[in-house]
Amino acid sequence: MPVELITGNQAAALAAQRAGVELVAAYPITPQTAIVETLANLHALGELKAEFVSVESEYAALACCSGAAAAGARVFTATASHGLAYMHEMIHWCAGARFPIVMVGVNRALGAPWCLDPDQGDSLSQRDTGWLQLYCSGAQEVFDTIIQGYALAEKMMLPCLVIYDGFYISHTYETVDVPDQEEVQRFLGPPSFSAQVQPGLQANLHGLSTGETQARLVRERHRTMKEALAVFKEINARFAAAFNRQYEPVEAYFPGKMKTVVVAAGACAETVRWCLPQLIDTGLIKLKALRPFPGEEICLLLEKQEIERIVVVDRNCSTGMGGILAQELKAALYPLHSPPVISDLILAGGIDFTPQMLQQVLAKGGPHRGAEEIWGVDLL
Amino acid sequence: MNSKLNPMQPEYLHSGHNACPGCGAALAVRYLVRALGPDLVVVITASCWSIIAGMPPLSSLQCPILHCPFPSAGAVGGGLKRGLNLRGQRSTTVLVLAGDGGTFDIGLQALSGAAQRNENFIFVCYDNEAYMNTGIQTSSATPFGAHTTTAPYPLFKKGAKKDIMRIMAAHGIPYAATATVAFPGDLEQKCKRAQQLEGFRFIHILSPCPPGWGAESADTVELSRLAVETGFFPLMEIIDGGAPKLTYRPEKRVPLEQYLRLQRRFRTLEQQQIDTLQRDVDEEWARLLKAAEPA
Repeated sequence: MPVELITGNQAAALAAQRAGVELVAAYPITPQTAIVETLANLHALGELKAEFVSVESEYAALACCSGAAAAGARVFTATASHGLAYMHEMIHWCAGARFPIVMVGVNRALGAPWCLDPDQGDSLSQRDTGWLQLYCSGAQEVFDTIIQGYALAEKMMLPCLVIYDGFYISHTYETVDVPDQEEVQRFLGPPSFSAQVQPGLQANLHGLSTGETQARLVRERHRTMKEALAVFKEINARFAAAFNRQYEPVEAYFPGKMKTVVVAAGACAETVRWCLPQLIDTGLIKLKALRPFPGEEICLLLEKQEIERIVVVDRNCSTGMGGILAQELKAALYPLHSPPVISDLILAGGIDFTPQMLQQVLAKGGPHRGAEEIWGVDLL
Repeated sequence: MNSKLNPMQPEYLHSGHNACPGCGAALAVRYLVRALGPDLVVVITASCWSIIAGMPPLSSLQCPILHCPFPSAGAVGGGLKRGLNLRGQRSTTVLVLAGDGGTFDIGLQALSGAAQRNENFIFVCYDNEAYMNTGIQTSSATPFGAHTTTAPYPLFKKGAKKDIMRIMAAHGIPYAATATVAFPGDLEQKCKRAQQLEGFRFIHILSPCPPGWGAESADTVELSRLAVETGFFPLMEIIDGGAPKLTYRPEKRVPLEQYLRLQRRFRTLEQQQIDTLQRDVDEEWARLLKAAEPA
């Protein structure tokens, strides 16, 4: 298996190519641009045998993908920040229409003011649209998750957003095992879903419906999304057998008996994992899947360990409420009799998350009860 | 000009559709799908046709319909055509249907993008000159002087109707044409001509809207005829962005007032404003004759 020294963005592009995508809709935005540039180069060299469409906006990128997916094609696009926000209407539409599109979202703050740093608010703003959301902590995981993303999306008939932090992952060079196309195709196969639009077959796709019809569709989508956790595990087991790597929807790193656990997604989780050997009684729960949310699994993990304190690393902030991962977690912990206290470390603006910052938060101790907010910007 | 259709030709628009009586857009699409079907897929963006198509699983059209969000028609049409090609269904015609809102306003960016890339489908704007599906709000296709619910009396639409044909011609697309339901033979011919070409094709159909225009439902064809006979809506073709070719030239143009008087949306126009509108039409007609290829 060839190992390459590549960035997260290059890993994303190579994954799309290896997945055998048939149409790429491309529009640039920092820090995602290198993905579509890499795909353009592969296309120019004849190594990406796909329709490559340079569209006029991110909105059009997803709209173009939706049209091709309606005809049964495996499609890819990538965006970030304002681009993702600009797509918002199409993001809802693609979920409702059950197009199994895989899209990369590279985290970047939304203006005003202009900012390039990796705030997660862009992808979290799309939390409720009906897309699978999978967060990645490194370039290898980016590559693997895109491949798994196609398997999952086409199995569930739900679109999938593969997410990672701008610059920390998108622009950092790492060694990545890049299996060749034949190997990936053996795992993934050709598109496994049937076309919605079939010439000659009368159909009125996604036309005006009643609220009752919509309710049934939303219920079906919600239930399918929840089933995706178990299906993801199956896909993951198959992936592990083929490539010797695996990723759970929620991954626990508990080196011993824990009192404190840090919950994080994306690059921040990797920082925590790196710190673990120096920390006492502290473990990590890495959130890979945000949608569907693996709440029950998290509860089980916490109950087994008798955790007293949770530190959530939230590189985002829902203004007026707080960190979004902390909110999700609090909702998930509702069934617990005595849930741990929560320190929510808010790194809004996409500010850097350092080992020193984590040590400061851990040393300070948690709140007496309930939850507290700690602003990372105060610890700089 | 041949304006008769073959009555034996199969119909692909079913009766029982959801259009208002006298709807120009329903009639236009009836002729469109007759000419372009049966190997046809229709993309419909938010517009009156979102309703006319019927509530799934019912459908008023014989061919597959893919609905799409308001600003997305141009991009969805291109993606769908490419997707069908990938599946080996190269012979299928993709027809994108948009109203004037989905063409002149919110859909203009995707339309321009698709035209510039020369995406291989037919984009039809059925232009009823306002947001009629939401109940008659001004669009940039609304002509000067018309009342809408967002330009209620004593207000009226200020500024001229956007010249979409010149915008599309400036993209240098293989084919752009205008048509009305008063000349169904001409409309059919233009569809067939468009279908034989590759790349981006644009057809602009003026579609009288009885409730929106304040017109009698029986006058839809008459209004469509008067729009052409007055020179308000000239019938033309533009190939590769070149000189316009008039496909019908009235021997003597009818005064615009006759067209305006059939529509209550123009009821408060004063003579001076009518004269201004007539002068605009005269000037545009002269410009068109000068630019047009010799017949």
